[in-house]
Amino acid sequence: MAPKKTRTGPRNPDLVPGIKKFSRSKMYHKRGLWAIKAKHGGKFPSHEAKPAAQPDVAAPEKAPKFYPADDVKKTRAKPKKNNPTKLRASITPGTVLILLAGRFMGKRVVFLNQLPSGLLLVTGPFKVNGVPVKRVNQAYVIATSTKVDISSVDVSKFDDKYFTKEKTKKAKKTEGEFFKSDEEEKSVLPQYKKDDQKAVDTALLKAIEAVPDLKTYLSARFSLRDGMKPHQLVF
Amino acid sequence: MVKGRQGQRVRLYVRGSILGYKRSKSNQYENTSLVQIEGVSTKEEVAWYCGKRIAYIYKAKSSSKGTSFRVIWGKVTRPHGNSGVVRAKFKSNLPPESMGSKVRVCMFPSNI
Repeated sequence: MAPKKTRTGPRNPDLVPGIKKFSRSKMYHKRGLWAIKAKHGGKFPSHEAKPAAQPDVAAPEKAPKFYPADDVKKTRAKPKKNNPTKLRASITPGTVLILLAGRFMGKRVVFLNQLPSGLLLVTGPFKVNGVPVKRVNQAYVIATSTKVDISSVDVSKFDDKYFTKEKTKKAKKTEGEFFKSDEEEKSVLPQYKKDDQKAVDTALLKAIEAVPDLKTYLSARFSLRDGMKPHQLVF
Repeated sequence: MVKGRQGQRVRLYVRGSILGYKRSKSNQYENTSLVQIEGVSTKEEVAWYCGKRIAYIYKAKSSSKGTSFRVIWGKVTRPHGNSGVVRAKFKSNLPPESMGSKVRVCMFPSNI
């Protein structure tokens, strides 16, 4: 074998800047690609595909080829979360609340649970002060420091759907029926709701009667009197 | 007023009186009324009442919705001066007849 000659210049010199001496096919031969191919059974030796390269932090982004005429905002999909209203620290399950508005204003009721809609689930208990299991907004309630033990009460069956109005089917009225009074339209409280009320209250009443005076406290209503300044009261 | 309440009458509001409109010597701004809340005598005490709803209740000759009582709702916006007077904005401006009359400062929206 002839001694290996170190190459002196480029294989394909420039005749004139931009024009090389040898054509593509000539260069193929000169580079010896035919020999490499022959050595490897007719194919180029190839590397396995590299794992997807991490974008170089240092590599600068190439300028895009096209700029839109107007600025287009990138819309991002925002995952919408509906969280219930943040519960005040003073309101914990078993707290006695004072209702500030509505039919039962001034009544002291027991807080059971916050529903997923954010409203507070509350009960009188019904036997004590006539307040049924109902929902109340946090803003219309004053939390007192009195607490009742409700560990024995099960409130899992109450949710927002329980309290929605039932859709009454409107049957088309004939002329005769039109003049009838809507006696049949009166809504009667379904028995299951009465049973649910009893179930919650019996457990709760035991806890209430264990505390002296709590029952009379819950049956009494709150009212402002002369000389009472709410901003100075401690509830 | 509450429809036919037979039982106990509870007061869950603080009495207040309307002093007039927000004004300077020769200009008045009717969109804001000034209210004196009972028992409140300093600017610091007003902080509790800020945001609380106010009801101006008045009677009309004709009865709408079963009652001749009507309400204009509003809310306490901020203290006015140093002595416990309060500025209030109502859904519609209070009529000038309201000056000197009573107003109910409710305890809601509550933060206790």
